[in-house]
This record gives sequence, C-alpha cells and structure tokens, in this order.
Amino acid sequence: MSADAWSLLFESLLETLYMVAVSGLVSAALGIPLGVLLHVTRPRQILQRPLLNRALGTVVNAARSVPFIILMVAIIPLTRLIAGTSIGTTAAIVPLSLASIPFVARIAEGALNEVSSGLVEAAESMGATPLQIVTRVMLPEALPGLIHGMTLTLVTLVSYSAMAGAIGGGGLGDLGIRYGYQRFDPIIMIATVIVLIVVVQLIQSAGERLQARYEHK
Amino acid sequence: MIQFKSISKTFQGGSGPVHALDNISLHVPEGCIYGVIGSSGAGKSTLIRCANLLESPTSGEVLVAGQNLIELSPAELRSARREIGMIFQHFNLLSGRTVFQNIALPLELAGKSSSDIENAIAPLLELVGLVDKRDSYPAQLSGGQKQRVAIARALASQPKVLLCDEATSALDPQTTVSILNLLKDINKKLGLTILLITHEMDVVKSICDRVAILSQGRVIEENDVESFFVAPQTELAREFVRAAIHEKPASDISHQFRQGYVEGSRPVLRITFVGQNVVQPLITQAARLCQVDFNILQADIETVHSKTMGFLMVDVVGEEQGVQDAQAFLQKHDLQVEVVGYVS
Ligand SMILES: Nc1ncnc2c1ncn2[C@@H]1O[C@H](COP(=O)(O)OP(=O)(O)OP(=O)(O)O)[C@@H](O)[C@H]1O
Ligand SMILES: [Mg+2]
Repeated sequence: MSADAWSLLFESLLETLYMVAVSGLVSAALGIPLGVLLHVTRPRQILQRPLLNRALGTVVNAARSVPFIILMVAIIPLTRLIAGTSIGTTAAIVPLSLASIPFVARIAEGALNEVSSGLVEAAESMGATPLQIVTRVMLPEALPGLIHGMTLTLVTLVSYSAMAGAIGGGGLGDLGIRYGYQRFDPIIMIATVIVLIVVVQLIQSAGERLQARYEHK
Repeated sequence: MIQFKSISKTFQGGSGPVHALDNISLHVPEGCIYGVIGSSGAGKSTLIRCANLLESPTSGEVLVAGQNLIELSPAELRSARREIGMIFQHFNLLSGRTVFQNIALPLELAGKSSSDIENAIAPLLELVGLVDKRDSYPAQLSGGQKQRVAIARALASQPKVLLCDEATSALDPQTTVSILNLLKDINKKLGLTILLITHEMDVVKSICDRVAILSQGRVIEENDVESFFVAPQTELAREFVRAAIHEKPASDISHQFRQGYVEGSRPVLRITFVGQNVVQPLITQAARLCQVDFNILQADIETVHSKTMGFLMVDVVGEEQGVQDAQAFLQKHDLQVEVVGYVS
C-alpha cells in the first residue's frame, strides 16, 4: 500500500471515530433520559403514567422500525437544518444520532427493569424523592447494564457510520466503497475492513473492562 | 406508637378483587417488639407495608408517633418515613455501594454533610459488628452480614420505629438467632419500637412482647406472648404454638391413640406451665392424692419471652374417678390442662 493510501486510511479512521463518538454521546445524552422516562412511567413504577408510557413506546418503536438507510434520506431537510449541509461527516452525525436514540432508550429501559423493585422500595421507605430514586438508586445500580448497552450501541454505530459513508458521509465506509468498489482496489477494501474489525474489537473489550469495573457480583 | 385503625386493603386482581386486609385494628405500644404471624398469603406483608404507606390502605387510618400518615402531603410523608426504618427479607442493599456507602444512603438522601455521615456511621458499624467490613461490597458478605448492614442502614436516620418484613426468613437458624439478638439489643439500647412480621413462631417465641395472628386478612387473636403460648384461643394459634414447641401429634407417640372417648380409655393431657419448678411437685402430689400414674409421652422446656415454659404430654393411668380428680387438681393449681385425646 502506498503512503497516500495509508494517510487516506488514517484520515478515514479519524472520521469514523469522530462520527461514532459524537453520535454515541448524543444518543447517550438523549437516549438514557428517554429510557428513564420509559421505565418510570410504566404501570406500577414510581411515576406511573400508562398513557404517556404507551405513547412514548409507540414513537420509539416507530423510530426503530425505519431502516437506517431510509431514515438517512428521509431526514435530509432536518440534517440540513441542524448541520448546515447534508453531506459530510458532521451531517452524518444527525441521522446516526437519531437512529441510535431510540435504540439506547430501549436498552436503558431494559437495564433499569433489571434493578430489583426491592431496592426502589427500600429507597422509598427511606423517604427518597422520585428524582433521588432515579439518580441514587436506579441509574447507579443499572450502570453495568448501561455500559453494556452503550458498548452495543457504539459497535452498531460503527457499522451504521460505514453505511452513512456510502452516501457521502466520509469515514471508513466511504473509503471502502470509493476505492474498493468503484475503483476496484481490493487491498484498500480489505484494509478498511480490517481496521473496522479492530475498532469494533477495541470498543467491545474496553466496554467489557469498564462493565466489570462497576459490577460487584 | 403505631396504630392501625380499621384498615382494609383490596387489590384488583385478575380474577376479581382480593381482600388482603379486612378491617384490621392494632396498636403497637412504644418500646414494644410486636410480632404479626400468619401463613402465606394472610396479608402480613401488605399490613407492614401499610405502616409506612408503601401500600396505601383502601380505607382506615395509620398513625405513627401520633401522626396520621394518610393525611400527609408527599413531602411530609417522605419526612415521616425518615423516622420509620425498614428491613426486608432480601436485604435490598445496593450492590454497587460498599457497606459504608449503603449505610450512608438515607443520610445522603436527607442532605447530611459528609462529616456528619462519617460520624454517624462509625457507631452503627460498631453496633452491628461490621467495623472490619466497612469497605466490602454486599456480594462479599454472608446473608447475616447483609441483614446487619440493612439494620444499620435502617437505624442511620435514628428512627423511632423499625419495621421488619420477614427479616430472618432467608437466613439459616444460627444466623437467625444472632439477628434476633441484635434486634432485641437495639430495642433495649435505643428504646426502638419494632413491628415484625414472620411465619416462624420461633421468632415470636424468642423476641416478641406481643403477638397477633393474621388469617385471611383478619386479626384472629392478639395477646402478650406468654399468655399466647400458655392459652392459645384459636385452632390456628394452637397449631402455631405446637409447631413452636416442636410437639409431635399424640397419634405419633402412641399407636393406641384415638380422638374420642370410649369405655375404659384414658385421657391424654397436654399440660402447659410457666417456670420449671412448679410442675414436678404438683404432678407427684396429684399422683399421690388421686392414686394415678402419669405416663410421660413427651416433655419440652422452652424459653418464651425470656421465661421458662414447659409443655408436657401425659397419659393418666388409674381409676376413672382418680383420673378426673387428678385433672381437676392440676387445673386448680393454675396449670393449663387440655385433653387432646384418649388411649386405651
Ligand atoms: N400488588 C398486589 N396485587 C394483587 N394482589 C396482591 C398484591 N399484593 C398482595 N396481593 C394479595 O394479597 C394477599 C396477601 O398478600 P401478602 O403478600 O400480604 O401475604 P403474606 O402474608 O405476606 O404472604 P407470604 O408469607 O407468602 O409473604 C395475597 O392473596 C396476595 O395474592
Ligand atoms: Mg410476605
């Protein structure tokens, strides 16, 4: 591989990491609170609101049913509004975040459901407010599950970002398609795939290590 | 200290309403260890959860330290709950917090400063005997140690009342004894009022001052523990007492045992007495005066509410008149005598 190819590969890797990191952060920042809301409004939960819960659930499911590739195209106007453009790495962050927010929300909801109702009850018996129950009991106890879910999300984002790359989003997916497919350079394509595999492995093992740190089983 | 005033609780179950509590009135005096016993599904958990309104009764009033919990606003209820500690069958400790941090939780929730928390927790660790486990996580503790942490946590906010929901049911017998001793200790040292629910009569026997039996959501019997053991009023109470003294049914002891009297059969008596020294002279005297023999089928000495209590099962051998006289003699001397059946 030429020096040019190497620098191209490195640049694309940085673009991928940038897309994954920013959309990962955005999806955590919005998805986890949404997951909390989904959880606490369930029937028999601390702030039960069955109607709100059902409405939220429906919206989240709908968002999750839209195939990513369609979502990406469908929200181009929104992307333009937020990012100022509809092509490039920064623009790709909008659909990536939007797709992963409901995903993270469901994962967070699942992690919170695993927190024993006895703990919530114990906190209530101590006179905890609902906000205290969420921040002092539910989220800390669900932390290992949340870390697990975020690892899953980041890995999914890596592959989604490659898809976003295919329609002009930059990153490793873009590189693989442009050089590997359109110019038929198998070496670059293989190199891209190998880098993707390494990135996913690194995310996965870092996630597992972090999860183990917070899990006191 | 805790007063339930005709509380009822009805759940809307899938197959119609379930009346978990049916017009219950109970009074738990200050400083008392009060036990509520009942079989599975009797409504015990529902009742104790009404004492801090984790469950709100459908009707009735709950008074704790003179305050009617039902009338309180959510914020007032939260501050009332800080005065009511609670421990649970499955401990309910936060797995991600150390022993110290678990005990600190109620104080954090109340907005205490970290130096106040530090000062409050040291004596609690001492009290429950876990000074060396301060920085362990719950997963590294035994069941008994976990319950000690839960007790320390419940005491952290210096409550007036402690609620125990089957606090020893997940523990082995030895650990149960040590936890019960700790509760008794706390009750004495801190003057804490304890309401506990259990399905184990041994718990009532070893630490309670008063006891109520719950059956199908109703209190069917209520008494001080001694009287309860000496003279249980209802069939369910008698069953619980027999289980607590590990009494075998008479039919297991004697194969000639029958329920009803037939010509020439002799009564089998259960004699219950308080204090070890009274019974032997009385039995000897009865034997001498009425010219009968006592054939001891089973004998058991138990400590109930820190008093010695004896339970004897005897069959009385002799002339019919003598047998009757002997029975009357024992009763006259304040022994609790009950005919449980006959042998021939
Ligand atoms: N949340 C609920 N919804 C519907 N029914 C309930 C609910 N909680 C309790 N019940 C019913 O109320 C009755 C009393 O339950 P409770 O848990 O108080 O019994 P318990 O005496 O504590 O039994 P156990 O010894 O098995 O714990 C039971 O018939 C139970 O099925
Ligand atoms: Mg129960």
